[in-house]
Amino acid sequence: MKFVDEFRDPAAARALVRTITELATEDEYKFMEVCGGHTHTIYRHGLEHILPDNIELVHGPGCPVCVIPMGRIDDAIWLAQQEGVIFTTFGDMMRVPGSTGSLLDAKARGADCRFVYSPLDALKIAMENPTKHVVFFAVGFETTAPSTAVTLVRAKQLGVTNFSVFANHVTIVPPIKAILDSPDLRLSGFLGPGHVSTVVGTRPYRFVPEVYGKPMVVAGFEPLDILQSVQMLLKQMAEDRCEVENQYSRVVRPEGNPQALQLLNETMELRPHFEWRGLGFISQSALKVHRDFAEWDAEERFSMPGIRVADPKACQCGEVLKGVIKPWECKVFGTACTPETPIGTCMVSPEGACAAYYNFGRLHRDTAIMVGERAAL
Amino acid sequence: MCLGIPGQVVETVDAENYLAKVDVSGVRRTISVRLLADTGLKDGDWVLVHVGFAMARIDEEEAATTLAQLQKMGSEYDNELEQFSSTSL
Ligand code: SF4
Repeated sequence: MKFVDEFRDPAAARALVRTITELATEDEYKFMEVCGGHTHTIYRHGLEHILPDNIELVHGPGCPVCVIPMGRIDDAIWLAQQEGVIFTTFGDMMRVPGSTGSLLDAKARGADCRFVYSPLDALKIAMENPTKHVVFFAVGFETTAPSTAVTLVRAKQLGVTNFSVFANHVTIVPPIKAILDSPDLRLSGFLGPGHVSTVVGTRPYRFVPEVYGKPMVVAGFEPLDILQSVQMLLKQMAEDRCEVENQYSRVVRPEGNPQALQLLNETMELRPHFEWRGLGFISQSALKVHRDFAEWDAEERFSMPGIRVADPKACQCGEVLKGVIKPWECKVFGTACTPETPIGTCMVSPEGACAAYYNFGRLHRDTAIMVGERAAL
Repeated sequence: MCLGIPGQVVETVDAENYLAKVDVSGVRRTISVRLLADTGLKDGDWVLVHVGFAMARIDEEEAATTLAQLQKMGSEYDNELEQFSSTSL
């Protein structure tokens, strides 16, 4: 049976589903997984169908590619088209639609856009092309931002002056807060992001139970990790506890990675506010290059248009990112908007809820329902 | 994009600049271990690699579990691995 190949330990999975079913005595639970990696695991393994009907997993804003607003993509394309610029970024970013197409389209029109695996690769390209200026389009949460930080330090150290960073790093806590403050959604608790927490630790989430009275469990990426984390959330609720727990303690330390945090402090500073796709402006939610590194800040070196562009009318990524609607409830899902021809960002990255659902969501329903019944036996 | 892939440190390439060679499923490349600089990382240790950086230390069992999970992801893991090996520092 499919289930058996999918799970490392099917017996453990069945046992977890059983306890979850016992613990979930209320009519409705809505748990938000903040991280796109979790969304991916949930759809790939059909976890939503294995869980009892009264537990709904709501997908959150933690896909870094998904939250970049269109205006920033337009700025990126503008940069890529400047004379003498080699524009570098991670693969997924190349396909995100701006108002006049994507970076890939710009490349087809002659701009020198290149995929890189690492920001250090971008720095290397700069060193190999001294007559060009290399811009690195940096995106990502605190998971990825430290790698940009190290690259900035390295560029300064080596005196590479034909290199700059167009920083679009975002931070994880403000959107969680924005979602908790929004009246649209009544959540029961959170599955906390795994890899972001390797950097920030578990302490920054304490406001979730303390101020908002919601439990949070930092979760790993395996299907079993997710099931166990859901069980931990339910257990807290059943025992009338409300705290931040760490299911992923084999990788995440409470204090995070102090080394990475210090590098972030040295090389980047908080922006007063930043626009998130679908969520609007959120204050102190993104990082820009620190003024001590102004020479390596693309926003200082170039005067980008910086025009705010509204999302396409048909696009409901905002609602998807806030967990207000499910991917398939968007009017263009799977018709006008597919991974090959994305209209919104959530269809671009494999961590985006729309892409994850498009790719796997429907595959698992039958097997999972079967397994769910078996687990209930 | 937030994928972290497990790799084993096989060689210190340049201690001063925190560069080490890691092996990910038989593919080797140099990555930065700057973010784990004060953790006493040595050859043979396992780390999670993200965009060319070791971002967290893991034990061998965690590495094996994560790897098995990633391999089930099929094409995305292949892409990540391809990118991992396509460039060098
Ligand atoms: S289907 Fe496309 S447009 Fe609709 S929410 Fe998803 S990514 Fe956005």
